[in-house]
Amino acid sequence: MKQLIELEINGRAYEIPINPRDLLVDVIRKKVGLTGTKKGCGQGDCGACTVLIDGEPVLSCITLAIACQGKKITTIEGLAAADGKLHPIQQSFVDHGAVQCGFCTPGMILTSKALLDKNPKPSEDEIKRGIAGNICRCTGYKKIVEAVSAASETMSAEEVK
Amino acid sequence: MNNKPAQKRFVGVPPMKEEFTQVGKSVPRIDAPKKVKGEAIYTGDMTLPGMVYGKIKRCTEYAHAIIKKIDCSKALALPGVLAILTGDEAPNKWGIVPQSANETALAVGKVRFHGEGVAAVAAVDEETAEAALDLIEVEYEPLPVLLDPFESMNRAGEVLIHEDSPGNILHAGDQIYGDVDKAFTDCAYVLEKEFHTSYVNHAFLEPHSALASYDPQSGQLHLWASSQVPHYLHRQMSNVLEIPMNKIRVTLPTVGGGFGGKGEAASSEFVACLLSRKIGRPVKVTFERNEVFFTHKGRHICHMKMKIGLDKDGYIKAVDFDNTMDGGAYAGWGVVVMFYTASMIHLPYKVPNARARVRRVYTNKPTCGAMRGLGGVQPRFAMECLLDEMAEMMGISPYELKMKNAVESGHTAINNMYVPHSEYKKCLQTAVERSGYLEKHGKLPFGKGIGLAGGYYISGTAYTLYQSYKPHTSVLLRVDTEGGVTLHCAAAEIGQGCTTVMAQMAAEALGIRYEDVHVVLGDTELGAFDLGSFASRLTYAAGAAIKEAAAEINQKLKEVASGMLGCRADQLAIKDRKIYSMYESKKTIEWEKAVQACVNSVGALTSIGHYSPPRRKGIDLISGNRVQGANIGHSPTFGFSCQIHEVDVDLETGRIRVTRVTEAGDCGKAVNPMSVEGQVEGSIMFAMGQALYEEIKLDKNGKLLNPSLHDYKTPTAMDMPEMDTNIVDSYDPTAPFGVKETGEGAVQPTFPAIVNAIYDAIGVRFTELPITPEKVLKALKEKKLVKSSA
Repeated sequence: MKQLIELEINGRAYEIPINPRDLLVDVIRKKVGLTGTKKGCGQGDCGACTVLIDGEPVLSCITLAIACQGKKITTIEGLAAADGKLHPIQQSFVDHGAVQCGFCTPGMILTSKALLDKNPKPSEDEIKRGIAGNICRCTGYKKIVEAVSAASETMSAEEVK
Repeated sequence: MNNKPAQKRFVGVPPMKEEFTQVGKSVPRIDAPKKVKGEAIYTGDMTLPGMVYGKIKRCTEYAHAIIKKIDCSKALALPGVLAILTGDEAPNKWGIVPQSANETALAVGKVRFHGEGVAAVAAVDEETAEAALDLIEVEYEPLPVLLDPFESMNRAGEVLIHEDSPGNILHAGDQIYGDVDKAFTDCAYVLEKEFHTSYVNHAFLEPHSALASYDPQSGQLHLWASSQVPHYLHRQMSNVLEIPMNKIRVTLPTVGGGFGGKGEAASSEFVACLLSRKIGRPVKVTFERNEVFFTHKGRHICHMKMKIGLDKDGYIKAVDFDNTMDGGAYAGWGVVVMFYTASMIHLPYKVPNARARVRRVYTNKPTCGAMRGLGGVQPRFAMECLLDEMAEMMGISPYELKMKNAVESGHTAINNMYVPHSEYKKCLQTAVERSGYLEKHGKLPFGKGIGLAGGYYISGTAYTLYQSYKPHTSVLLRVDTEGGVTLHCAAAEIGQGCTTVMAQMAAEALGIRYEDVHVVLGDTELGAFDLGSFASRLTYAAGAAIKEAAAEINQKLKEVASGMLGCRADQLAIKDRKIYSMYESKKTIEWEKAVQACVNSVGALTSIGHYSPPRRKGIDLISGNRVQGANIGHSPTFGFSCQIHEVDVDLETGRIRVTRVTEAGDCGKAVNPMSVEGQVEGSIMFAMGQALYEEIKLDKNGKLLNPSLHDYKTPTAMDMPEMDTNIVDSYDPTAPFGVKETGEGAVQPTFPAIVNAIYDAIGVRFTELPITPEKVLKALKEKKLVKSSA
C-alpha cells in the first residue's frame, strides 16, 4: 500500500515511499533522517514535534505526511544560515540560558519563529500565549520568554526573517 | 582605631577567599548550540546497522493479578517478528537499593500494577512489533486491588502484594532523639496537623529510550540509554543479564530531562538488552508517553502527621513526625526516600528533640521513587505550614519565627547532622526585603495573599548504597598537545548543565579557560567512576575530584616550567593560560609552552582525582547510639533558600494564580549564575505545578485515568508568575570552589509558600495537594457557612 510522495523540507524536495497512515513526525525522523524534530507525547500535547508548514507551527505527530504534499515544511535543521550561522532566535536561546535538556528546544524555537514572523514585536504576554502549546519542564519558561523577546529586538534591528 | 591597613594585599600571598576567573561566570551552556540546531542526538534519534525495534506488552486489564498463561505462538508467527521475551526468561530481581531489590525486567508470576510489562517483542519495525503485541494472549486471575496504604496494611492478612513483605510494608523505622513527649509538656505553643501530598510524575519531555547492541562473538553488550544513573543502570544490567560489568558498556547520548525519573533502571533498558542478546542484533525500545506514566518512579504520596512545640519565646523545642508513604507496587528508592523524610525535620531550624516514625507501604499502583527534592518537599510542606500557623498563634510574623530558629554555620543537629555553612538567614532576609513581605502580609485585600516558606537540601550524600570506601566520583584529566585538555567522567548530563560547570571548574583549577576543556561524560567505558546525577551531588563531588586531579597536573607543569623559567616550582602560579612566578613578574611562560615541553619529554599528562564524602555517623548525640537509617540525610554541606509567593484567588471559579515569586538561595558559590537561575526558575514552576494542577488519577480498579500530557496538567508559559530569583552571597570554605547545590533545594519551599499565601488570601489553610479550584470553592463555601452560622 506504499506510495511515493514528494515533500519539500527545508527547501529540498524529497521523494519518499510512505503509507497513507504515516505521520509527518515519523517520516521526517525515520525516512528523511532529520531527528531534530522530537517526539515527546505522540498525541499533540507537548509541542516538541512542532514544525513549520507554510510558516504555520504544526504538530507533526498528529499530522499525516500525505497531507503535506505541495507545502513548504521547515524543521529545526532548516533554520540556521547556509554558512552554519545560527538564526537570531537560536542564538538568543543559547545566550539567554533558555536551553537545558534541549528536548523542547526545536519545537519551542520554531513556534517562536512563527510568532515573530507574524508579530515582530510581541509583548511578554503575547510571547507567553504564543508558546503556551509547547511544554518545557526544565526552565520554568522565564529564560525562554526572555530569549524570544531579545531575539525580536535583534531581528527587528537586522530585519532578519 | 584605624582598621584600614588590613585591606592591603601582600604580593604573593594567596587571598583568603579564592578569586576566580572561570568559576562564577554566566557562560552559555557548552551543549546549547547543538541543541538549538537539532543536532544533539538523543537515544531515540539513534539507528545502528541491522537495528530492530522492541515493544512491551503491558497488562492493562488489572492492577493486581496472577499470570496464568502467556501464549506467544500467534505473535511469533507474524512475519517480521524476530523474538518474544517473557518475564520468566529474566527472573533475577533488580533494585536501586540492593537490600530491597524486588523488581524484574518483566512481570514474573503476577502483575502488581496497571500497565506492568508482561512480555516484549522484537520486530523489524515498530508497526509489526505493535501488531505482535495484540497477538500475545495473556490469561490472568484477578486479585484484590489495594490502592490506599492504610487499607493495604489493614488487609495484609488477606492480600499480600509481595510474599516476603508482611503487612504490605516495605520497611518501617523509628528515629527518636531526645525526649519529645517531655519537651511538649514544657511548650507554650503546640500544634499538630495532618498533611497529604499527591501522586505526581516528573513528566520529563523525552520518554525513556534504550538501544542495546549485544555482540554474540565477544559477549560484549553496549547499551545507550536515557538515564541519569549510568553506574546503577550498569550494575543492575549486570545482575539481571548475568554478564560481568566489564563486559557491559553504558553510554548516555543526550538526555531529555530526568528529575529523578531516570534515576533507576527501566524496563526499556532491560528489554532492549535481553532482546538484543536473544537475536544478536541491536534493539531499540522507546516508550510511548503512557509507558512513562506506568514506569513512573515519581513522588511518594505522603500521609503525614506533624506536631511542633515552641517555648514561650518561639524557640522550637520538639518536632514529632509520623509518615505513612504510599509507595506503589515495588521497592525502588523507597527505603532511602523514607529515611530522607525522617531526616528532613532536623533542618533548616534548630530542633533539640525530634521523633520520626515512618513506614513505606506497598499498593497496586505504578511505583513511586525519586523525584526532584526527594523526601524533602513533603515534610517541608508540613513544617513550613505549621510554623506559619504557629507564628499567628504567637502573634508574630512567620519571618520572625523562622529567623529566630534558623540554623547557622557550624550547627550540629540532634541526629549528628553537621552543617558546615549556612546563609539561611540571609535568604530569609533577602526574600522578605525584595518582596515587601512584611508590608503586605495580612494586609492585602480578600482574595490576594502572600506566603513565605524556607527550605534546604543536601549537596550530595555522605553514604553510598554499598558499604565501602569507594569514592563517589572520580575525574580523569588528560593534557596533551593533540587533544588539549580532556576531562573524563562517567557523570550524567541530563540538562542540568554539569558539562559546562565541570568545564568551568576544571579550567579554574588548571588556570586555563573553560573553552579549552573537552568534557567527556556519560560513558562507563570512557569515563572514570561517578555515582550519578541525583541528590544534588555532582557540582560538589566533581569539583572536589577535579581539584585533586588538577593539582597533580599543575605540579608536573610547574616542575617543568621552573626549569624553563629558572625559579622554584613552589613559587609558581597558573592563571589565564600563563605560568608565572608569584614574586618575579617577568618570569612568565605560556601554559601551552610548558605543556609542550612536558609532553615532548615525558608524554601526555594524566591524573585522576577522587572524591569521597566525609563519613559521618547517624547517631543519637545524647545516647551515642546508632540509629537505623540515620546516616541518610547527612551531606558534606547544605543549600538553603526562601521563597515568597503572591497569589490571586478567583473567588468565583476557585482558580489560584501565582502572580509573583521572590526567591533567595544560598547555593554556595554559584559556578554559573545563569545556570543557577535556570535551575531555580525551573524548580519553582516544577513544584508549582504539583501544588496546583498535577495529579495522576486512578479508578477504583487501579487503572490510570490520565497517563498523557493532555490530561496530566503541567504548567505552561501562561501559568508563569513574575519571578525574582536572587543568589545570596555565599561561599562554603569547606567546599571545593565554595560550592553547594541548587538543583533540588529550590523546589523545597514552593508548596508551603503557595499554601501560606492562599491562607493569607482567603483564610483557609489547605493541608492536601493539589489545591484545585474544586477544593478552593468547597472551602470558600464551607467558610461562608461557618460565618453565617456564627
